[in-house]
Amino acid sequence: MASVFEYAPAPESRSVVDIAPSYGLFIDGEFVEAADGKVFKTVSPSTEEVLSEIAQAGEADVDRAVRAARTAFGKWSALPGSERAKYLFRIARIIQERSRELAVLETLDNGKPIKETRDADLPLVAAHFFYYAGWADKLDHAGFGPSPRPLGVAGQVIPWNFPLLMLAWKIAPALATGNTVVLKPAETTPLSALFFADICRQAGLPKGVVNILPGYGDTGAALVAHPDVNKVAFTGSTAVGKQIARTVAGSRKKLTLELGGKGANIVFDDAPIDQAVEGIVSGIFFNQGQVCCAGSRLLVQESVQDELLESLKRRLSTLRLGDPLDKNTDIGAINSAEQLSRITTLVERGEAEGAERWSPDCELPTSGYWFAPTLFTNVTQAHTVARDEIFGPVLSVLSFRTPEEAVAKANNTPYGLSAGIWTEKGSRILAVAGKLRAGVIWSNTFNKFDPTSPFGGYKESGFGREGGRHGLEAYLDVR
Amino acid sequence: MSDKTDKTAQRRLSVFKTYKLYVGGKFPRSESGRVYEVSDTKGTWLANAPQSSRKDARDAVVAARKAFGGWSGATAYNRGQILYRVAEMLEARRGQFVHEVADAEGLSKSRAAEQVEATIDRWVWYAGWTDKIAQVVGGGNPVAGPYFNLSSPEPTGVVTVLAPQESSFLGLVSVVAPVIATGNTAIVIASERSPLPALSLGEVFATSDLPGGVVNVLSGRTAEIAAPLAAHQDVNAIDLAGADEALAKELEIAAADNLKRVLRPQPVDDWSADPGTDRMTAFLETKTVWHPTGSLGASGSSY
Repeated sequence: MASVFEYAPAPESRSVVDIAPSYGLFIDGEFVEAADGKVFKTVSPSTEEVLSEIAQAGEADVDRAVRAARTAFGKWSALPGSERAKYLFRIARIIQERSRELAVLETLDNGKPIKETRDADLPLVAAHFFYYAGWADKLDHAGFGPSPRPLGVAGQVIPWNFPLLMLAWKIAPALATGNTVVLKPAETTPLSALFFADICRQAGLPKGVVNILPGYGDTGAALVAHPDVNKVAFTGSTAVGKQIARTVAGSRKKLTLELGGKGANIVFDDAPIDQAVEGIVSGIFFNQGQVCCAGSRLLVQESVQDELLESLKRRLSTLRLGDPLDKNTDIGAINSAEQLSRITTLVERGEAEGAERWSPDCELPTSGYWFAPTLFTNVTQAHTVARDEIFGPVLSVLSFRTPEEAVAKANNTPYGLSAGIWTEKGSRILAVAGKLRAGVIWSNTFNKFDPTSPFGGYKESGFGREGGRHGLEAYLDVR
Repeated sequence: MSDKTDKTAQRRLSVFKTYKLYVGGKFPRSESGRVYEVSDTKGTWLANAPQSSRKDARDAVVAARKAFGGWSGATAYNRGQILYRVAEMLEARRGQFVHEVADAEGLSKSRAAEQVEATIDRWVWYAGWTDKIAQVVGGGNPVAGPYFNLSSPEPTGVVTVLAPQESSFLGLVSVVAPVIATGNTAIVIASERSPLPALSLGEVFATSDLPGGVVNVLSGRTAEIAAPLAAHQDVNAIDLAGADEALAKELEIAAADNLKRVLRPQPVDDWSADPGTDRMTAFLETKTVWHPTGSLGASGSSY
């Protein structure tokens, strides 16, 4: 598809980031090896190049980190809120100073385009620390009683789709409220969390307040189950979320879960089509669709379906897939071989079940993990591609005739995280938004985030909210 | 026979009440046909209460789900009016409840009266919350961009409530009222040993404009009724107030299957203390709606 959209390559320099050949665990303010000496490799999903070798935390390391966090908790929680605030402000500033470095690092380790890490992830990461820094000395005014108390040691397990942003969502409110933290980043994207550990050192954060334990699912499971953890926060799949809920059952651990989604993006016949197309594209192709709140089900009013699909296909043909470090790249690499195979399996099932698959002409690089932007039409509500979370650049298109039908179809899912509404009619926005069972509703826009704005799901998309005043509750004893 | 003995023989025989469940606005007997004996704290028989089965529990879920749309969609003002109407009916039946609470909890008439008065006042307190909770826990978010962004609370759905075992009326109302004040519908499992005040409360609901199915009252073995409800895919939340530690853990594990919101048992020494808002917020979701504002950007007008 050589066209006017053929751009000259404009790769971001990777020399701004210095990745060491190996990294340890970050426990009690020091980088240390795993007790059993285990390590794993993290690779760049766009090239399969090994970036670094990372210490893999085992049960003994989890115990050591939790003990460090417990010891640190006494002093940290006793600090005046205004002092804790200053640490968080320092961290926010250092993140801003190092944001170019961190953006490149994140793109290398995750595979997402530099324009997303640079323009979305990093500004939001800094903003979260700024926002919660300001809460640290104002907790009495947050609406949770006159002297809300921290919970203690927070065990946090985060996913690979927004490694540093999810860290910020977890660590900023935890520290602002006076908790200490043991965080496990995902096994495919541990690097930015380890760089964050270095930022904590630069900021002079007391030892043990933040501990980072790279590892696989078993590391996370050990952290969640540790008897001296007071609060568990998890972002990831619904299946793992249910397992965690069973693990903490009967304990006093406070739990918040941000899980899967199958968001409906509803386009009414009076919607501005060009704007809607942009919203649909950002809804499902942002971060290669590896977003829990992605608008992965397009519900389009029958009368405008053909027109919309034509525009959408034309727009998809202009998306540029390739080197994530290139500033012109829209679609980067899929995060891992495992995720690519999951997407591939689900898409093949979609075809086998009779949905019609379409992708623009799109050359995929020969190394790395890639999946072309994909549309499914002729989809019914019973199809796997309309029910299961694919977590990839795959959009399923369904149609509807009346607003009631749109609402019924949108709500026909065990998930309830996000939804989109496209219409010029204000009363329709409010009526439909009121009826949708979802935690975040974007009208005439999609995939917008802000630290002041609570985020989280209904039903099997989990419970609790992150962000905003609501996000403080997860880290406070509000009984 | 003398006139005297004649008079004694003719002394009026009281009418016993057959206590029934309250499900979907109706008063069914248990589908199981079972009852169990309820006695006062001295062991004197008071009545036979229905011993609900799994089927009764499932029927209650159907009724609660059916009522959810109308109840959650009613205006908060309307819900407040109806809740206040319940308080009016409670006040009128004060004597009956004093009697039942005294029997259930082994209290003197005056202590029981205090409990009942506190209960009615508690109900009035929650009636006043219906149209205020959204203002207290919701609000606008000052996002850094040209967007209008509003967070508002919404009821989570169908809530199973295991009523406290000891406080048969004040404890019961303290866990039921916050659930429905916020627009949820409820399936209430009454105190196992002292279910009569709860079953009589169903009669109050039936005469209070409360739509059928908004509150459903089951009596019987708490563990037996709670198990299918904790596992039920169409129940959104569970309040484990009336569960002991072992049962609470078992039910919490079952509740994980569809990620129900779980309110764990909280030790309550004094049910008459200020309850706070936690029992309301435990069963609320937060919905955040975004819309472009068309604010003037650096580049000029965009609306």
